[in-house]
Amino acid sequence: MATEAKRVTDIGPPHFEKFLHPMIKENFGKWKYHESLAPGVLAHTGPAGTIFSVRMSSARLVSSNFLRMVCDLADKYADGYFRFTSRNNVEFLLANKDNIEPLKKEITDKGFLVGGTNNAISNVVHTQGWVHCHSAATDASGLVKVVMDELAEYFTSEKLPAKLRVAVACCLNMCGAVHASDIAILGLHRTPPRIDNKTLPNLCEIPTTVASCPNNAIRPTSIEGKTTVKVDEDKCMYCGNCFTVCPAMPLADPLNDGVSIWVGGKISNARSEPMFTKLAVPYIPNNPPRWPEVTSTVKQIVEVYAANAKPFERVGEWINRIGWPKFFDLTGIEFTKYHLDDFRHAGTTYRRSVQNRY
Amino acid sequence: MPDDSESTSADLKLPLLDQLEEGPWPSFVKDLKQQASRRPQVAQLLQQLEESYENRWDYWRGTVLNVSGYGGGVIARYSDLGEKYPDVAQFHTIRLIEPSAFVYNTESLRQLADASEEFGAGILQLHGMTGDILLLGFDNEKMFAAAEALMEQGWDIGGSGNGMRTIPCCVGPARCEMSCYDTLKLTSFLTKRFIGELHRPEFPYKYKFKLSGCANDCANAMTRSDMPVIGTWRDDIQVDEQAVADFVDRHGEEWVNENVTSRCPTRCIHLHGRKIEIDNHNCVRCMHCINVMHAALAPGNDRGVTLLIGGKRTVRSGEMVSTMLVPFMEMKTDADREALADLVERIWEFWGEHGHDHERVGEFIDRVGLGTFLDGVGIEPDPQMVLNPRSNPYIKFEEYTAPRLEGEPQKAANVLPREPEVTEIPFGGD
Repeated sequence: MATEAKRVTDIGPPHFEKFLHPMIKENFGKWKYHESLAPGVLAHTGPAGTIFSVRMSSARLVSSNFLRMVCDLADKYADGYFRFTSRNNVEFLLANKDNIEPLKKEITDKGFLVGGTNNAISNVVHTQGWVHCHSAATDASGLVKVVMDELAEYFTSEKLPAKLRVAVACCLNMCGAVHASDIAILGLHRTPPRIDNKTLPNLCEIPTTVASCPNNAIRPTSIEGKTTVKVDEDKCMYCGNCFTVCPAMPLADPLNDGVSIWVGGKISNARSEPMFTKLAVPYIPNNPPRWPEVTSTVKQIVEVYAANAKPFERVGEWINRIGWPKFFDLTGIEFTKYHLDDFRHAGTTYRRSVQNRY
Repeated sequence: MPDDSESTSADLKLPLLDQLEEGPWPSFVKDLKQQASRRPQVAQLLQQLEESYENRWDYWRGTVLNVSGYGGGVIARYSDLGEKYPDVAQFHTIRLIEPSAFVYNTESLRQLADASEEFGAGILQLHGMTGDILLLGFDNEKMFAAAEALMEQGWDIGGSGNGMRTIPCCVGPARCEMSCYDTLKLTSFLTKRFIGELHRPEFPYKYKFKLSGCANDCANAMTRSDMPVIGTWRDDIQVDEQAVADFVDRHGEEWVNENVTSRCPTRCIHLHGRKIEIDNHNCVRCMHCINVMHAALAPGNDRGVTLLIGGKRTVRSGEMVSTMLVPFMEMKTDADREALADLVERIWEFWGEHGHDHERVGEFIDRVGLGTFLDGVGIEPDPQMVLNPRSNPYIKFEEYTAPRLEGEPQKAANVLPREPEVTEIPFGGD
C-alpha cells in the first residue's frame, strides 16, 4: 500500500481560534461582567464590546438537516458563529443586539425553544438508549423528550430557586452523568445475564469475560467439552460489564428492566462541595413511548423543590437542609429497603446520631 | 440526496414513535422522520427503534473497529435485525475530536453535515460524553472512507478504549469573566502533546481529562474525569467598591445578607452597610459570592489551576469524586503546561506499571493508598489533600514495612535498634 506512507495521522482537532467570533477574539480573557437579558439570552461585556448569546433547545441526536438549519440561522443572525454548551445546548453568538428578537422569533417559529439559562432547567445530558446502545435498559432520547415536554416551562423561564440539571442514562455505566445532576433518570437491569452456551465459546475470550466481573461472580466451566462460563447469580449486581466484553451474555430483559430516579447531585463547588445523586425511586417499569409514571414523578419532585427551596439552593442543598425524611414526606415518594445502601462504604450513609426530625 | 428506494417515510408505520412527535420539546422522531424521507437507512433505523419500543429490547451488539494507524475512536454497532433491516446491519459511530469549548463556524459544521450524509446516515450527536463529535451510521467500508475524507479536511479521530480520551473544556476565557486560566489552550496543548496516548490506547483503563476555568466546574470535571483541572486563585478576591454599593442599592442589605454573605461556606464575607469585607484567608474559592455579584467581585490576580485525580462513576467499584492532588499550579506559559504534562507522564507510568486491568486511576489509589500513590509520582503530602487526618492508629511506618508495591523505591532504612536486641522472649528462665 504505497499510499499509506503519505497519509497524515494524529493531526489533532482543528484549532479553536479559527472558530472564534471576532468580538470574542478581541475580548478573549478580558471579559468584565455579564447580564441576563431574558430567559435564554445572555450578554457578556469586555473592553471590545458585548457579545449576546441566545440559547436554544435541541435534541442531542440530530440530523444533518437540523445542523444545516442551525448553520443558516447562525449565518443570518450571528455572523456564522455558534457553540454548544457542555449540556448540549446550541448557543448562537451575536454581536448585533438588534438580531436577538428576530432570531428568537425564527427559532420558536421553527418549533424550538429559547431558554435554559440561569435558574432554569437546561438541556438534558443523556446517553444513546435503544437508538444505538448495546446495553440499554431503557431508551434515552425518548425519555428526555417526554420529561422535557412536561418541564418545558422551566426551560423557557428562570423561576426555579437555582439552576436545575436533569440527566438520563440508559444503564448504570452512566455515560449520561446521572451521578452528578440535580435530578437523574437511570435505566436499571434487575436480572443476571443469560448465557448463550452455543455461541459463547466462539464469541468470547473466557479470561477477559471472567475478569470483567467486579464481584467475581463469573467462573469458567465446561459444557459438553466446550469451555464457557457460569454466573453466580447471588453475587451478580447486573452491571453489564460482562456483556460489554462478551456479547453472548445478554442482560436486557423486557419484563424486568426499568427506570430509577435519583436526586441531589451537584457538580459545582459553589457554597457546598460537589455531591452525588441519591436514590429517590428504585424502580418504575418501562412504559414507552411516554413513560407517564416517570414524567409525573419527576415533575412532582421539581414542583416540591420549587415551592420549598431557598434562592440559590440546589436540589441536594435543599434536601440536606430539610433532611431526607422531609424530602420523602413532601414528595410523597415511598422510602423502602432498597433505599438502604449495601455496597462498599454503605456504613458511611447510615445516620449515627439521635438528631431526629419530625 | 433523494433515493429511489422503495422504503420512504410514507410507508413508515411507527405508531409508538409517532407519539413522541407531540409536545413542546424538540422531537428527535420528527427530525429523523424528515431525514428518513430522503434516506432509507434512517427509515430502517426508525423501524428498528419502533420494535425496541414495542418489545422494550435493544437490538445492538457492540465491538471495536480501528482505522488504520489508530487504536480506537470507532464504535462498532451491529444490528440483531440485520436481515430485516440490511441498511442498519452495520451502523458504526465515528468519534471526532471537537474544537476546544465546542466553538464552531458554519463552514465547519456544514463540512460535518456533508460527510455524515455522504458516508453515513446523516445523523450526528453533539456531543458525546467525552466531548467528541459523533457521526452515526457507517458500514465497515464507508467508515474507513469517511475517516480518511474527514482527516483530509482537518478533523481527527477521537479516543476510546483504554487510552487517554478526548478532552472537553468549559467556555473559559472565550466568553466568561470568571475563568482563571485558558481552558481552550490547555485542552489544545494536552490533546496535541498526548495525541499518541489518545489514538493508541495502552493504559490499564480509560483516562479522562476535563477542564474547567473555575470551581463552578461547567465541564463537569470533578465527578466525571480522572484528572480534573480546575481554575483557582491564591490572592484576594477583587472588589469593585462602587459596583458593590450599586448592587446593595439595587437589592437591599437584607437580600445581600440572606443570599450572599450568609451562604458563604466559611462565613468569611460580611456586609457593612454598602461595603463588603472578606477574610480572604478563610475563603475556600467556592465562587458563590462571585457568581451572584459578578459585576462587583472577581477572582484574584494570582491565578492558576487546582489539579485533582480519580473522579469516576459506578463501574466497577462505585462512584468517586476526584481527590485533591496539587492545590495550586501556575498555568500561564508553555513551561507551566509542560510541567503539568510531566506530572501526567509520571502518573501514567506509575499507574500503568501497577494498575490492574480495567482499574481506573481513582480505584488504583483507593487500593494502594494515597500515600503510596504520592510516593510513586513524586508529590509531597499536603493537609489540603484530606478532610481530616486518619482516625485509626493502624499506621505502617515505612521503616518497618516491605515495599507496598513490587518495585516501589525503598527509602534508606533508618530503623532504630530495638532494646534489648532479642528475637525471642524466653519462657521462665534461670
